[in-house]
Amino acid sequence: MEWLEQILSSNSVFKLSTFVEYWGGLTQTVQLVFLSLVIGLLLSFPLALMRSSDNPYLSRPVWLFTYVFRGTPLIVQLYLIYYGSSFTLQDTFLWPVFKEAFYPALIAFVLNTAAYTTEILRGAIVTTPRGEIEAAKAYGMSWWKRTHRIIVPSAFRRALPAYSNEVIFMLHASAIASTVTILDLTGAAYNIYSRYYAPFEAFIFVAFVYLLISFSIIYLFKHLENKMMAHMKPAEAK
Amino acid sequence: MKKLLISVGCALSLVAGQALADKWDTVRIAVDVPYEPFEYKKPDGTLTGFEVELGNAACEEIKAKCEWIVQAWDGIIPGLLARKYDAIMSSMSITAERAEKVLFSEGYYNTPTAWFGKKENASLDVTSKDALNGKTIGVQRGTVQDNYATENFGSVADIKRYSTADDLVLDLQGGRLDVVVLDFPVGEQTIMNDDKYDQIGERFQLGEGIGMAFRKRDKELAAKFNAALDKLKKNGTYDTIMKKYFTYDIKI
Repeated sequence: MEWLEQILSSNSVFKLSTFVEYWGGLTQTVQLVFLSLVIGLLLSFPLALMRSSDNPYLSRPVWLFTYVFRGTPLIVQLYLIYYGSSFTLQDTFLWPVFKEAFYPALIAFVLNTAAYTTEILRGAIVTTPRGEIEAAKAYGMSWWKRTHRIIVPSAFRRALPAYSNEVIFMLHASAIASTVTILDLTGAAYNIYSRYYAPFEAFIFVAFVYLLISFSIIYLFKHLENKMMAHMKPAEAK
Repeated sequence: MKKLLISVGCALSLVAGQALADKWDTVRIAVDVPYEPFEYKKPDGTLTGFEVELGNAACEEIKAKCEWIVQAWDGIIPGLLARKYDAIMSSMSITAERAEKVLFSEGYYNTPTAWFGKKENASLDVTSKDALNGKTIGVQRGTVQDNYATENFGSVADIKRYSTADDLVLDLQGGRLDVVVLDFPVGEQTIMNDDKYDQIGERFQLGEGIGMAFRKRDKELAAKFNAALDKLKKNGTYDTIMKKYFTYDIKI
């Protein structure tokens, strides 16, 4: 512990107030990323089913949505929603919500992650083994029953590795929230950097925090994959 | 080895000799252009602006020749320390952090700070904590105005920090900010040209202002410039130059 005390006393950057600011940034980042991922995931299930449907009136609009949101940078989407809302919604009842930078950012992040997750899930849905669907049909299951009992759970399991990447990308992409005045981890680092003229210390610290969150996410998904994909593992020799 | 030592010794004595022999007949001054109206190039390529004219007048006072050297901002202090020039006169704010590296002259100008906002907020008392309670205040990150707002109103108001003045103005116009506190010339150029917005309250001075920067060992040169600038401020030359470029007072 002596080295820790020494570091804390020999520098002018890492004081209690700095850590409080970083902590505030951490909660903002986690809130923003967690909420956008949960809402985005919930949206992406119906969207992915529509996207993989044979009916063009269902699949084309979703195709357009994912095409637009995967085809433009997230920061551009964020700016469009953030500045766009301030010039169009200012006199409407929605303004109190959009006035806070958090909600425009949340909307941009939700739409973006929903677009990517939709495509990930759709890829898994269309590659569902024919045998599984045929078996479900042979049991006399209706469309709804075989979708929510067979196709979606099976597809979600196979989509899990790709989805864990999306979660980590989302965490890192959330750093751009600081450009619209949200005090997330990166925003806190910017403030500390400009207060102490210490860019290296300010950013190396958040880098470690981001790494730590990334590792926890990877660990969580590893665990989840082991559990959900247990039936896919090669049988162990007896 | 011996040869090397001797040659190093010779080189050192040369450098030392030069430093001692410096009579400051010519002074090389670094400037980052353009930063209107403080320093910029005329269409014919010659340098002009408030600081350039003031610098030339000061050089005349100390009977030296001013040589202006254009240098980009991020390398301006390293260049001074590497003896590429002898002084910096480029709207550099005097801060404690910079003072660890360079020797500052006395401040020779300071632009005022002002609050800006919608015209209907014009009666807001921006010096009172109560009036700003619950308001959203915009500042440029890391500026003296940022420190001022954080220290005085950080506990009652929501302070939003922006990297550039443009982003801040966009959010003021977009209705996300109630008031902003900015360097007055910046606000004058970006906010006041829209008649829905105006200055709120009085202009005031923050910080120690702008100073010339010298190498720490050139105390003599700094003293010469301090005396020259002081004289210019008193004999009216400063005011004449200032009035050419500004409609408001920046003298300190």
